[in-house]
Amino acid sequence: MPPTPEADITRYRYDVVVIGAGGAGLRAAIAAREQGKRTAVISKSLFGKAHTVMAEGGAAAALGNTNADDTWHTHFRDTIRGGKFLNDPRMAELHAREAPERILELEYWGALFDRTGDGRISQRNFGGHEYPRLAHVGDRTGLEMIRTLQQRVVALQQADAAELSDPDAMLRIFAETAVTELVTDETGAIAGAFGYRRVDGGFVLFEAPSVVLATGGIGKAFSTTSNSWEYTGDGHALALRAGASLVNMEFVQFHPTGMVWPPSVRGILVTESVRGDGGVLRNSEGERFMFGYVPDVFRSQYAETGAEADGWYEDPANNRRPPELLPRDEVARAINTEVKEGRGSPHGGVFLDVSTRMPAEEIHKRLPSMHHQFKELADVDITAEPMEVGPTCHYVMGGVRVEAETGASDVPGLFAAGEVAGGMHGSNRLGGNSLSDLLVFGRRAGLGAAARADDHHGAGVSGERASESVSRALAPLKQGRGVNPYTVHTELQETMNDLVGIVRKGPEMEEALERLAQMRERTDMLSAPGDRVYNPGWHLALALPNMVLVSEAVTLAALERTESRGGHTRDDYPEMSPQWRQVNLAARHGDDGVSLTTRPLSGIPSELLALFDDDELAKYLTEEELS
Amino acid sequence: MTSTSSPPTGRARIPRRTLRTDRWWLGPVLTTLGLAAFVFYATARVFQQDHYWVGEHHYLTPFYSPCLAAQCVPEASLFGRLPVEFPPLVPYALLSLPILLLFRVTCYYYRKAYYRSIWQAPTACAVQEPHRTYTGETRPLMLGQNGHRYFFYLVGAITLINTWDMAVPFFHGSDGGFGVGLGNLIMFVNVLMLWGYTLGCHSCRHVMGGRLKSFGKRPVRYWLWSRISVLNSRHMLFGWLSIATLMTTDFYISLVASGTITDLRLFN
Amino acid sequence: MTERTFRVWRGSGENGELTDYTVEVNEGEVVLDVLHRLQATQVPDLAVRWNCKAGKCGSCSVEINGMPRLSCMTRMSVFAPDQTVTVTPMRTFPVVRDLVCDVSYNYEKAREIPAFTPGPKTSPGDFRMQQEDVERSQEFRKCIECFLCNNVCHVIRDHEENKEHFSGPRYLMRVAELEMHPEDTADRRQIAQDEFGMGYCNITKCCTEVCPEGIRITDNALIPLKERVADRKYDPLVWLGNTIGRRPKDTPIVPNTRRPAEEE
Repeated sequence: MPPTPEADITRYRYDVVVIGAGGAGLRAAIAAREQGKRTAVISKSLFGKAHTVMAEGGAAAALGNTNADDTWHTHFRDTIRGGKFLNDPRMAELHAREAPERILELEYWGALFDRTGDGRISQRNFGGHEYPRLAHVGDRTGLEMIRTLQQRVVALQQADAAELSDPDAMLRIFAETAVTELVTDETGAIAGAFGYRRVDGGFVLFEAPSVVLATGGIGKAFSTTSNSWEYTGDGHALALRAGASLVNMEFVQFHPTGMVWPPSVRGILVTESVRGDGGVLRNSEGERFMFGYVPDVFRSQYAETGAEADGWYEDPANNRRPPELLPRDEVARAINTEVKEGRGSPHGGVFLDVSTRMPAEEIHKRLPSMHHQFKELADVDITAEPMEVGPTCHYVMGGVRVEAETGASDVPGLFAAGEVAGGMHGSNRLGGNSLSDLLVFGRRAGLGAAARADDHHGAGVSGERASESVSRALAPLKQGRGVNPYTVHTELQETMNDLVGIVRKGPEMEEALERLAQMRERTDMLSAPGDRVYNPGWHLALALPNMVLVSEAVTLAALERTESRGGHTRDDYPEMSPQWRQVNLAARHGDDGVSLTTRPLSGIPSELLALFDDDELAKYLTEEELS
Repeated sequence: MTSTSSPPTGRARIPRRTLRTDRWWLGPVLTTLGLAAFVFYATARVFQQDHYWVGEHHYLTPFYSPCLAAQCVPEASLFGRLPVEFPPLVPYALLSLPILLLFRVTCYYYRKAYYRSIWQAPTACAVQEPHRTYTGETRPLMLGQNGHRYFFYLVGAITLINTWDMAVPFFHGSDGGFGVGLGNLIMFVNVLMLWGYTLGCHSCRHVMGGRLKSFGKRPVRYWLWSRISVLNSRHMLFGWLSIATLMTTDFYISLVASGTITDLRLFN
Repeated sequence: MTERTFRVWRGSGENGELTDYTVEVNEGEVVLDVLHRLQATQVPDLAVRWNCKAGKCGSCSVEINGMPRLSCMTRMSVFAPDQTVTVTPMRTFPVVRDLVCDVSYNYEKAREIPAFTPGPKTSPGDFRMQQEDVERSQEFRKCIECFLCNNVCHVIRDHEENKEHFSGPRYLMRVAELEMHPEDTADRRQIAQDEFGMGYCNITKCCTEVCPEGIRITDNALIPLKERVADRKYDPLVWLGNTIGRRPKDTPIVPNTRRPAEEE
């Protein structure tokens, strides 16, 4: 059906609308299209530029190519351990089970992963994974993934071009288009999505019975972040406003190794593969300090001496893993402590060294983009000198509460997958589990959305409702003497970084909430001079309220959870509490702002619980649960 | 994709040929000078019909090899002489020179060099070219560039002849038997450079292995391809070095042949 | 901290001009940082396309002092202290506004290339490929689609009329990538020449010079593809085979992916 022009709005009708064109969004769109559904993908940036391209290390999947002992059970166990037993067990199970299939499917669509000697997909070691498990392409795995999915979309479009003489007939990408509002009908179910085209400022309205959120994370609410421009928490905020709940928002992952110098690149990611391939962390005294930071729960699995740790790379059967490969939350906290206690590098990080660990040629081959990144941006040759690294905001474990099987949220017709969905990773995500998460749950959400479109057509969106959305979107352009969005954005980033960062304190977060409340009021008066054609000030003014809203949810949940676990560390409550493990905090949005409720976390099925020994379980579970 | 009504192209209109501030013209100027020097020198020499042979040590300049005219010194004619006397201005190496010329004219490196510096399409990157239309290598005459591989095969044979020409003088020392003079060394380096250039040819890289879809089952072809790739990545370097050594070799032999200097003997 | 003069192209479509700004620059900054400071302090509506600011997404392609570059990977320290820094949009594509171009040409060309075609009897998990088999195509898959190569290529940069029948280095490299994929079964050599304009390339290597990923586009993709085209189209034995009826199976261009001329 051709789009119907309406005063200033272009209307489209689709079966499934996917918001976000990263790994999860594209995988969802492919799944929906393969079910025969007319599918639209809405992307804030150009097609193929999504944040997924930034993923470096690999995609975790128990293919068992490099070590045949690896099975989905061990992958499941590692994931639960990494998430400190707060993961949604069903999601962790589905993820571990289906990841290998999803990776092989990518290969069948043309992806070229690095190979083993016998011609299979090679797998590499990563933090928290017991076996080498990450399918990878050098250190640009995310790029390979996005490109493969992009090319798969094109292949499907080519099939439609041949059959229906229009490549966009069944699957269309709306590049550089941002959604500002989800529209629900009177029953609370999804009716559509409203947004604008960045290129000309024209408004678009998509009517659809199913909407899949795949918008990624919230990192741009923090000042030191590895996240790109797009990570403004749009999907989290859209879901909240549409009536869905967000779980686990207090858990924000700080990647232990981001660049720290020069200031303009502070936060850019240094891949975990550097450590997976042998890189070590040292403080200013030259000490390999991670040996002092192995927590009790992981004590038995990690090496105690440098010699044992070094032996593990060659002979993992007879040596334990180096402590540099602890889950990310542990390493990030350790670095934070070293720097705070005065053993940091000149620019406030620690040293990450591969130059003394492998020959230059090997570094060029295994870590080409890291070499390039440091050479170009910091004038550092990583084959000759150590890198300076420090923690950087990387990933939000929290997100839309979804059904594991279908990605369905609390709002009928609204689905979520990837970083915007919550539960899968518990309190801390393992490296490599993100890319496989995108594929497994992207596909499931696409199937879920397609299934709903089988018997729902969506209520449609009235003209009045659409014009309300238009006037809200136009407000910043009309408030000539209002607040500069760039200024508020900087304040927000500093607030979140300083007060709700790696290590949190009750009073600081209370202060953050006060500041956020003020910012929320000021975001009503944002002003963006200029017109509607590719006006970045206007775009930021429309995204900023999302970041503020999501930041409130993060801060509220972080203040509420009086324990330390994974990506949530409380200075005033340093212990992990078995009681807190039994619940998720769920945030909802109402007339008086964001509010929290607790939701019980479903238990791990007994046959999977048997994967853990009693000693380990005793560290996480309450006594009633154990008995 | 967007339906804004834009003017015909809608590109940024900036009425300057380029905004580059570096010395982008230097490369094309040097290339032109280098190519011109070679063309002038080579033309002058091949039309000279003299000073190509040093009888005492059997030095033969590559510009006259194999020597075909009836006037040629018999020992300089590896494959014998034609029964006709070549008139003035006809090169004695009538068969090999056109092949060598066409090999270099169709060479992927030299194409870049003269398209940029002489044809000015483009003169340098992001510098507007002076031509109103452009069809590249799509028209009949230019399609001939696709025949590069056939010149490669022929030049492979000629390079073998050059190698023979280089080897023979080692057995013509001043007192007969084995001997080494400066001329031998110059010819040796020249032949090395010629092989470096010839084997590093893009067509050679394709024929030896590049054309395969999979290397996994063809270890020998893969080995060949990877070695040739190393040479190929220095194809420009070998292109210029071999021109320089060709001229040096010819110039040295012509000086010795004309009696201007005598060969510096290192051993016998 | 120092003050620098930035000369930035402002405007939309063909109507625009270079405008001078004086702006603060700090140690270690790249051109994109300075553009962001301009946005935050002087011209909030300055249009700049960017995403990752780490040289991985290929969004922030512009021309800096006349050379096509990623603004996030161009350090201010490469310029002389008193040098004016001129930033313009890419010159080959229509301008949306300021430094942002409409790059849809590239996406249209991408759609014309027949996709990866595995053998009909294979299924996921069947492939066995050696590292040396995948390495050639892997180099091309490093491409971040910044489109600087297509922007700098004189075939379309200086000749708008060639856009119709020339796919640019980026997509000829994509054809080469597929042709070198060990498990691909299509044959795109004929259309590489006839539809995607391989013959327009005169291997002058500007694409390679500007590639921020350091991909050796000309030597490793375009010339090998020219050689493969020569195998298919300019080899007397193949020609002879053709005339006596043993036609190679050429994969045709994907139907209905090329916009009809009147819609241009």
